[in-house]
Amino acid sequence: MQEREPIIQFKDFGFKYKSQSEPTLYDINLTICKGEKVLICGPSGCGKTTIAHCINGLIPSSYPGEATGELTIAGSSFRDLDIFKLSKTVGTVLQDSDAQFIGMTVGEDIAFALENDRIPLDQMRERVAEVSMKTGVYSFLRHAPHQLSGGLKQRVSLAGVLVDDVDVLLFDEPLANLDPATGKTTIEMIDELYRTTGKTVIIIEHRLEDVLHRDIDRIVLMGEGRIIADMDSASLLSSDLLKKNGIREPLYITALKYAGVNINEDIRPQRIDTLDLSDEDIAKVQNWYHSVPEKPQPAEAPVILDAKGITFSYGGSAIKALDAVDLTIHKGEMMSIVGKNGAGKSTLSKVICGFERQQKGTIFLSGEDLASMSIKERADHIGYVMQNPNQMISKPMIRDEVALGLVLEGKLSKKEIDRKVDSVLKVCGLYPFRNWPVSALSYGQKKRVTIASILSMDPEIIILDEPTAGQDYRHYTDIMEFLRSLNEMGITIILITHDMHLMIEYCTRAVVLSDSRKIADTSCEEVLTDSEVVEEANLKETSLSVLAGMCGIFDAQDFIRRFITADREARK
Amino acid sequence: MITFDTRLLAALTVLAVVVMIVSKVRISDVKVLFWFSFVFMILNTFLIFVFSPEHGVTVYGTRHEICHLVWKVYLVKEQLFYLLNIVLKYTSTIPVVILFVSTTDPSEFASSLNRIGVSYKIAYSVSLALRYIPDIQREYHDISIAQQARGLEMASRKQSFLKRLKNAASMLFPLIISSMNRIEVIANAMELRGFGKDKKRTWYSARPFRAADIFSVVVCVLMLAASIVLGIINGGRYFNPFV
Repeated sequence: MQEREPIIQFKDFGFKYKSQSEPTLYDINLTICKGEKVLICGPSGCGKTTIAHCINGLIPSSYPGEATGELTIAGSSFRDLDIFKLSKTVGTVLQDSDAQFIGMTVGEDIAFALENDRIPLDQMRERVAEVSMKTGVYSFLRHAPHQLSGGLKQRVSLAGVLVDDVDVLLFDEPLANLDPATGKTTIEMIDELYRTTGKTVIIIEHRLEDVLHRDIDRIVLMGEGRIIADMDSASLLSSDLLKKNGIREPLYITALKYAGVNINEDIRPQRIDTLDLSDEDIAKVQNWYHSVPEKPQPAEAPVILDAKGITFSYGGSAIKALDAVDLTIHKGEMMSIVGKNGAGKSTLSKVICGFERQQKGTIFLSGEDLASMSIKERADHIGYVMQNPNQMISKPMIRDEVALGLVLEGKLSKKEIDRKVDSVLKVCGLYPFRNWPVSALSYGQKKRVTIASILSMDPEIIILDEPTAGQDYRHYTDIMEFLRSLNEMGITIILITHDMHLMIEYCTRAVVLSDSRKIADTSCEEVLTDSEVVEEANLKETSLSVLAGMCGIFDAQDFIRRFITADREARK
Repeated sequence: MITFDTRLLAALTVLAVVVMIVSKVRISDVKVLFWFSFVFMILNTFLIFVFSPEHGVTVYGTRHEICHLVWKVYLVKEQLFYLLNIVLKYTSTIPVVILFVSTTDPSEFASSLNRIGVSYKIAYSVSLALRYIPDIQREYHDISIAQQARGLEMASRKQSFLKRLKNAASMLFPLIISSMNRIEVIANAMELRGFGKDKKRTWYSARPFRAADIFSVVVCVLMLAASIVLGIINGGRYFNPFV
């Protein structure tokens, strides 16, 4: 490989936030060269976001603290740079593009950096037109950014950064909140940009398999504030470092490992489409597949919730948010509602909970018509957990928050409430924290608090909206195993998600919504192997079915099913 | 606007309604705002009457009794006329305020504020605040629903005023927390793209000053002049038909 000029260089770098007693970064030695494409990954709290903030100048501008060692960016020491100077070298695309749009229109948002550079209006218009053509958003210049689809939003945020002609593009968790298909096209878009402009690209992300959809020069793996590995993707996937550090391996890699295939650089494991399996390896996969016992099909339980022909539109709008949707939920099942953003998933759950009233259709709960029940009466049977726990928690103390519903109900004595709250806190693993303030908890723990506050009302069904959004693998597993344990206690669980892993791992059934209609209602494996449904609902085929095809296993659904069974066993 | 001249207020009310119709703002879009201000207006007028049933007498200096109501409370002509002025004050301003909020592009407003000398940082804060009103409304709606599902009753008549106030406060807690998060994200996004580095900036949404703008400025100056002139003629803020 030819010598390249370094553009970002950390030397024995460390950093401690002003508000914290322990450093967040230790002994960072990392060189990123011009024209490289690097992925920085690691579990939550590993320091990857802190590294990003050091590179784009948010440290120390927004987050002051003490730095040790040296960091050089484009030839200058970080001590001589500030966020404004850095913004000419490093362009940052933040996660959650919705919250970062500043302009009212796409054009204005793209022009924002130019405005701050005092570029005259006519030049500004020219530059915006040029960049928007390059990123393919020219025809949307007058639209409000919030009205665009997830993929277009990503392009707009990218255009807003590209107007500055930066050398380095920094993507901070670009895949968070995107549906699987949009995530895939985002990775393709970044790659295309990388190839055509030759800019240095740094991606911060923990969803490894999705990023590896396109080639990456190097992966920097972080853990607890240190760099654990800095190597090419093939070597990293061949090691066991990912698993040890709480990063989920691509599913096909896990499957190959279960089958006893030796993963090394020679089989080119970095992408499923470069994978080169020998006949011997294929035989191993086939043998393993046949050795995994078939999962017994659960017996059909009685129907608990039966919605028929639900039709709904917001505020008298002519556009239907739900169009004659049927939904049948069986007692004790754990199922998912999937589909692209805006397909009607959240609306359907709001209608079930009575937050919105359907114009047509009926909903029966255990044979009883819900039409005459108020929000509160429905909530006694069906609990709803919002995506963002901060939107639900209204008491500063954990105990009070969990007790709130019971206190408001006023049926139980204080003693009975205390006893009930204690038992719920124990179930949720929050008992040791019972007297803590909510603000001292992590995101995942807050999520548990919101679930606990719903559980205290003894609902038969709990609906959760994106329960694991933005969580790393460890927290994801934590939350999902907890939900599974609740499910095993007999609570019916409905998950609204666009995480395909979550769906196949934890759900027996998926209902797919697309453009306000139900387009599939079947087992998760069947949904993911039906290319028409996958395409229409912006889902993504799993790499497992590709692997099954490579190994001559025709029944991809059965392969997925057996993989999940084996994986559950292995993780126990 | 300090005037309480009934004739001017009536004329302004007519003007406000005409402008509202000309603007083609859909009533359904601003219905909630209208209701809110209407309820507030009624409440305001009612409370003035309850707490100071003879305020009109102090204002106009005469007392024309119509009839006795209860206890020490009498229905007085001056009071009714005074309350009419209060209502007119509302009806002349509310449509204009609603029109301003629903037709002003926050970005254009910010760039114009900046042009007349307001610091661009302040101008931008105003624009962002206007912009986030719908977002925060939506969020408030979501939060209030989640709280209602847990048995918090917002508009129930069964509860005391204090209790209802407490319930509303517990909805504000999550709203404030999530708004703080929102502020952090947008502030970072703005700084990362160079907001605040110079004393001045240019505006993509800048609009040139047109003939229509000059016309509106002239109309506004005329209205202000009218209220001052009437103030001098009336010898105070009120038009007094009783002397």
